[in-house]
Amino acid sequence: MAIVEQQRGTQIDLSGDVRRRRRESIVKAIFFLAAAISILISVAIVLALIGKAWAFLSSIELNQLWADGWFPRRGRFQLLALIVHTLVVSAVAMLVAVPFGLGSAIYLSEYARSGVRRVLKPTLEILAGIPSVVLGFFALQFITPNVVRGLFPGAESANFLAAGIAVGILTIPLVASVSEDAMRAVPGSLREASYGLGAKQWHTALRVVFPAAISGIIAAVILGISRAIGETMIVALAAGLNGIMTFDPTSGGLTMTGAIANLAVGSDQVAGDVAAFQSLFFVGLVLFVLTLGLNVMSERIVRRYRQRY
Amino acid sequence: MTADTAAVTTTELVRKSIEGRRFSPANAIVAFSLLFTLLSSVLILVTLLADTIAAALPVFASRGFGFVTSSLSPTAASAGIWQGIMGSLALTAFVIAVAFPLGVAAAVYLEEYASDNRVTRFINANIRNLAGVPSIVYGILGLFLFVEILMRGILGASEGIAGRNVVAGGLTLAVLVLPIMIITTSEALRAVPSGLREASLAVGATRWETIRHHVLPVAVPAILTGSVLTIARAFGESAPLLLAGAQLSLFFSVSSDASFADLVLTQPYTALPIIVFNFARQPQAEFVALTAASIVVLLVMLLTVNAAAVLARDRFERRYR
Repeated sequence: MAIVEQQRGTQIDLSGDVRRRRRESIVKAIFFLAAAISILISVAIVLALIGKAWAFLSSIELNQLWADGWFPRRGRFQLLALIVHTLVVSAVAMLVAVPFGLGSAIYLSEYARSGVRRVLKPTLEILAGIPSVVLGFFALQFITPNVVRGLFPGAESANFLAAGIAVGILTIPLVASVSEDAMRAVPGSLREASYGLGAKQWHTALRVVFPAAISGIIAAVILGISRAIGETMIVALAAGLNGIMTFDPTSGGLTMTGAIANLAVGSDQVAGDVAAFQSLFFVGLVLFVLTLGLNVMSERIVRRYRQRY
Repeated sequence: MTADTAAVTTTELVRKSIEGRRFSPANAIVAFSLLFTLLSSVLILVTLLADTIAAALPVFASRGFGFVTSSLSPTAASAGIWQGIMGSLALTAFVIAVAFPLGVAAAVYLEEYASDNRVTRFINANIRNLAGVPSIVYGILGLFLFVEILMRGILGASEGIAGRNVVAGGLTLAVLVLPIMIITTSEALRAVPSGLREASLAVGATRWETIRHHVLPVAVPAILTGSVLTIARAFGESAPLLLAGAQLSLFFSVSSDASFADLVLTQPYTALPIIVFNFARQPQAEFVALTAASIVVLLVMLLTVNAAAVLARDRFERRYR
């Protein structure tokens, strides 16, 4: 730790000995490389997706993308069917995740005493830690027979409704925790001012704090949609294998992630059929662009509309 | 964190003194319906667990622990999940070995060294975006980068499982959790008071000495609990493994005299969540109980680790308040 002092006129060199400084820059370089690996990963993802998707697109006739239904082994690649099915599942998921997630968030942020919070918040986190494949089984064995068939007796055994409800359950903790953070970031002075004007607690929570945190809440919902679109195992198990486009939530069909999983699962049998297997990369690229767009949008909203208190 | 809690308490006092003790029906209705949404989310968790355990009971009652230790089989009566447990543990080992050091190093660079310039902002934005990429896309990356390029291209694995080995799967999962690892570690480092760094730098320590002797020791509990939660996520992940090469058949065997290198490079593997997926899509009714039983094993392994990490973090948070 000795400081090398070199008198240069009146200046003192405090920069320390050379070995110590060299070690310092080596350590810094190593850490920088670790951080830079994340960029390499992004580049690899983009290269993999674009390269293979291009190979797929150049091996088929483009009008095959508008053929009737998604049947890769028969050369019919109607992407629109997959997108519609994905949106149906995501819409059902948001009908579950938004009310339950936001309700939980408002309660935790505005009502719960700290003791209650300390129990309920970790419980929600445990819900977040349940693997999606487990919820897929739950959708198949519990939600379809007990919930979906209770409401719609004619529903198919694999249907968008059950898959969407399960995806929604999976998304509740994400929506809840992001929007709770947003509401807790609203300063106490706003609440005090509201009480000072005679507002009740519910009025303060719903009409003052909620609007003040709206940018974070919208961001939470967009993140939830993005997560729902990218969820794979639940739809692979519970949404069905039909490739014909349908809007009916009581019937089933392939979503984007479901189609990828289905091609991966059957890949051994179609090893010879190059175009069918490579369509997986094309769907992956569309999925990647879609979720990336939503994530960037959610971040933009937070940054642009965040109130500085 | 302390200021935040204090602000809420003051607000609470203000509210009570103004509102008084009068009962407001509107208040009660809103509070009740909000609590209802929260409790139903918890109730879903309980239903899920109870339903699964009930469905799994016959398997544990008739076969006991033998179900855990027997091998995969297309016959429901004798099928077990041993290969899945071993595979999942091996995958987790790869995740710990690769994602943990890389994630901590990257977070240390971003929080402790990097100045706020364009490159740093780009890396940070990139990491946030990577954290939002669907897991199945990481499977596509794993298939392309690790199976096709690394195993088949560079290491020339073309026979047998053709490079769809546990190393490729482990690397895929490691890449999947790396951004989350970096984000949680960054948060842990940011929670370390800057006075500690300034004091150390002021007495002549270098950046690295400050980090190693002062910042990391304080941040270690938070880093570890965050990492445990992140690694647990990898343990339950199955979508990327569908593409990155886990075995999807209900019957495969690993040669018993394989060396360690053989075991990780040329032998097939599967993971516990993949087995759950596989059992769940079998049409025979006997597989329902089997699926439920494998889920129970998976959840017991996951939730004990998760709950321990969440509770440990709770204690640390309270200690530093």
